[in-house]
Amino acid sequence: MSATSYTIVNLPDQRTATLPKRSYLNNEDGLLSWLFTGDHKRIAILYLISITFFFFIGGAFAGLIRLELLTPQPDLVASDTYNKFFSMHGIIMIFLFLVPSVPATLGNFLIPIMIGAKDLAFPKVNLLSWYLYWIGGLFTLAALVLGGVDTGWTFTTPLSTHYLNTHVVTAATGVFIIGFSSIFTGLNFIVTIHRMRAPGMTWFRMPLFCWSNYAASVLMVLGTPVLAITLVLVALERLVGIGVFDPTKGGDPLLFQHLFWFYSHPAVYIMILPGMGVISEVISTFSRKRVFGYTAVAFSSVAIALFGFFVWAHHMFIMGVSNYSALVFSLLTMLVAVPSAIKIFNWAFTLQKGSITFETPMLYAFGFLGLFTIGGMTGVFLGALGMDIHLTETYFIVAHFHFVMVGGMLMAFLAGIHFWWPKMTGRMYPESLSKLAAVTTFIGFNLTFLPQFILGYLGMPRRYHAYPPEFQVLNVLSTAGATVLGVGYMLPLLYLAWSLKYGAIAGNNPWQATGLEWQIQSPPLTENFIETPIVDHEAYDYEWLAHKTAQEVTTVG
Amino acid sequence: MDNAIVATHPHTHETAIAAEHEHVVLPQHRHHFETQEQQREAATFGMWLFLLTEIMFFGGLFFAYLLYRNWYHDAFVVSSNQLSIPLGAANTAILITSGFFMALGVWAAEVKKQGLLVLFLVLTTVFGVAFLGIKAVEYHEKWEKHHIPGASFDVSQFTNPQAYGLHEKPLAPDMAQKTQIFFFLYFAMTGMHAFHMVLGIGLLFWLTWRARRGEFSAGYVAPIENFGLYWHFVDIVWLFLFPLLYLINRHPGS
Amino acid sequence: MSEFHDPSNVINPEHADHHIITPVTYAIVFGTLLVFTGITVGAAYVDLGILNPIVALAIASFKAVVVILFFMHVKYQSHLIKLTVAAGFFTFLVLITMTMSDYISRAWGLW
Repeated sequence: MSATSYTIVNLPDQRTATLPKRSYLNNEDGLLSWLFTGDHKRIAILYLISITFFFFIGGAFAGLIRLELLTPQPDLVASDTYNKFFSMHGIIMIFLFLVPSVPATLGNFLIPIMIGAKDLAFPKVNLLSWYLYWIGGLFTLAALVLGGVDTGWTFTTPLSTHYLNTHVVTAATGVFIIGFSSIFTGLNFIVTIHRMRAPGMTWFRMPLFCWSNYAASVLMVLGTPVLAITLVLVALERLVGIGVFDPTKGGDPLLFQHLFWFYSHPAVYIMILPGMGVISEVISTFSRKRVFGYTAVAFSSVAIALFGFFVWAHHMFIMGVSNYSALVFSLLTMLVAVPSAIKIFNWAFTLQKGSITFETPMLYAFGFLGLFTIGGMTGVFLGALGMDIHLTETYFIVAHFHFVMVGGMLMAFLAGIHFWWPKMTGRMYPESLSKLAAVTTFIGFNLTFLPQFILGYLGMPRRYHAYPPEFQVLNVLSTAGATVLGVGYMLPLLYLAWSLKYGAIAGNNPWQATGLEWQIQSPPLTENFIETPIVDHEAYDYEWLAHKTAQEVTTVG
Repeated sequence: MDNAIVATHPHTHETAIAAEHEHVVLPQHRHHFETQEQQREAATFGMWLFLLTEIMFFGGLFFAYLLYRNWYHDAFVVSSNQLSIPLGAANTAILITSGFFMALGVWAAEVKKQGLLVLFLVLTTVFGVAFLGIKAVEYHEKWEKHHIPGASFDVSQFTNPQAYGLHEKPLAPDMAQKTQIFFFLYFAMTGMHAFHMVLGIGLLFWLTWRARRGEFSAGYVAPIENFGLYWHFVDIVWLFLFPLLYLINRHPGS
Repeated sequence: MSEFHDPSNVINPEHADHHIITPVTYAIVFGTLLVFTGITVGAAYVDLGILNPIVALAIASFKAVVVILFFMHVKYQSHLIKLTVAAGFFTFLVLITMTMSDYISRAWGLW
């Protein structure tokens, strides 16, 4: 049992503990055994390394953007170059980091284990997904190296089709291919969750992490293909001049936006839903309490996915959609906020009367709760037509989506990485350093993005590298915050890598959590379970866990 | 003890119903599935999800078509009349026949008749190739008439149809320009469709080769079944493309 | 291969029928599809006014439904498969109708 009362961490005796002799990590040796693996856990690790690589490239662009914005004058780089900075930042962060972040790493690793299966339904398709990710990533890097693309991540026509001679087609091809990586991951999850649950693992006994990834997967499968065809049309417009988005030939540039945002709005739910799944797990574990209103949270995930398809034109309110259409989409946008709010309430009620401890994953989860709420509520402001006309295309939007995506999703991702790190690697990371990183990230984030709400409200446009001098103070604060944030993100890279060799041995269940993944060894065997589990308890059943722990004799090594 | 899940109740389930499914063990059984049936259903479900992505993929093109056909109806009517109904209808019949043979192929695999399976796969391929052949003829005709969108697109047949012996109303120059949008959509949609057919024919060659080796006549029907789903989906896309592109307005006097 | 019997029947909840559709059924479907192809061509030559595109789409939809139910076996598949097919067409319809709701409520064809 834990030595002190303010942490639930329960590690085996470090003098005698060792990693298990056989695990998915040492099952087979050699680079090829990794590059041709079908094991969902190895593919998850491959993804983790890949997205970390792209995250820091995208982060470097963020640094360059904030560096330029230190001064009101456009003095660091030329306008076109600045446009390339924010375009590459957006494309890399969204398609190469956020979309695959939780599903392709944590989802891949955990979903089969959480439902009691030996692997995902289609392991080869899973590997193909990873290769498609890299092929798309290489196209994106090629666009970068060849000179960059400056359309913004949104590829808006007619700018992208008629007014730019940068590497739009290369970048679009990259995104197209990455889209298929995402589709195949989602497809795999849907089939697995429907058809490969262990006996007794009914839908309503699954961890909420599975529900959230399931909802996100439905969005991936149904939404991403529309992005694909849209990018094909952009490429054809550029290469052949077909006229589909060209007013002089009778086309409509707004058609592009309808088709683009039909995916890109559900995309934001693809990004956040898996993070919400992580938060459910973390908050439950570190409150020692089942998630309040399991059914409500599960159905909210599905509701977010469903309603997420009905609101896309709220990105187009000022672009020329009709007033009636704008009214309808605005109303629907208000509705889509409701299930997200339901989740926040449920998490809050999970905390109430729980035994709360503040390990690193929980710190990130608390950060998520506050920052996602702010981000989400500012989204509701933007859904109101009158507000949006004033605030759209300003830094208010930038702040809004960074609050939900970075303050929300990235924090959830880090919460998940820290929570399941001991399971994936068998090692614990240094807790004090990780807490420092979490707090640093939180402070840095707020310093970076809170000023941007004010800047947006005051009228500073987005995607501009020059601004009126009266906005400089807020911009300097924002850049200072970005520096702190950068440090906060570098730290986990360093200490997590360190922990691989020097971290404490974690044992099966260092957090004393419920869930099938915590009942098996850390790191898991390739086949996950020695025999198929039979599930007879509900999710987050801490009584069952206490009963089982009392029955077991803990073995060493 | 660490690695096993301990069931906290004894196995009291009703094993009297023990052998309701014979546990067929095929060589193609994958270890992460408990039963062959689970594997087969998972594969079918997976293929349907993939087809959903195809529905949404073509959906973008169908919407563009819907919009521009309504905006530029006159141009679309005149352009559509340039397409050959005999060729289009023949192609529709050919593709339906190809689908018919594919369905028969699935049946042959299910009843384990290898010879028939191979025959039906070959017939499916033959009719698929015939479809593409007629498409090639149609595309070539468009090339000759300068109806391929781009720099060499020529609207003179639409502004001055009498000179070409066509019984159409002449279009005003700006509406005549919109015929290019019709032809763009024609090539994009039938081209995307044809691309899917080419991929399908490639897969058919592979499947036919495997079928000849007997891989699908011993109970393992999933690849044939699921390829059939793909092939029928491609057929359905054409079933919509044909009336939308070829049959906009063929009645005289309107 | 696991000998495990699954009393709560989670692995295969719906016992999907391995119903084998006969060639006779396929032949009837085949004939129907050809007949309706002929009908749709014929209908294009008759002036039905606004109904022309509706009839064309209705016939095409009927043919598609027949292909889905029989050639693609969906009539005999599990509820999950049927729901999946429905979900696909539902999302397609959302794309079409909601996008159209914008265009239809402004400057129609005055581009």
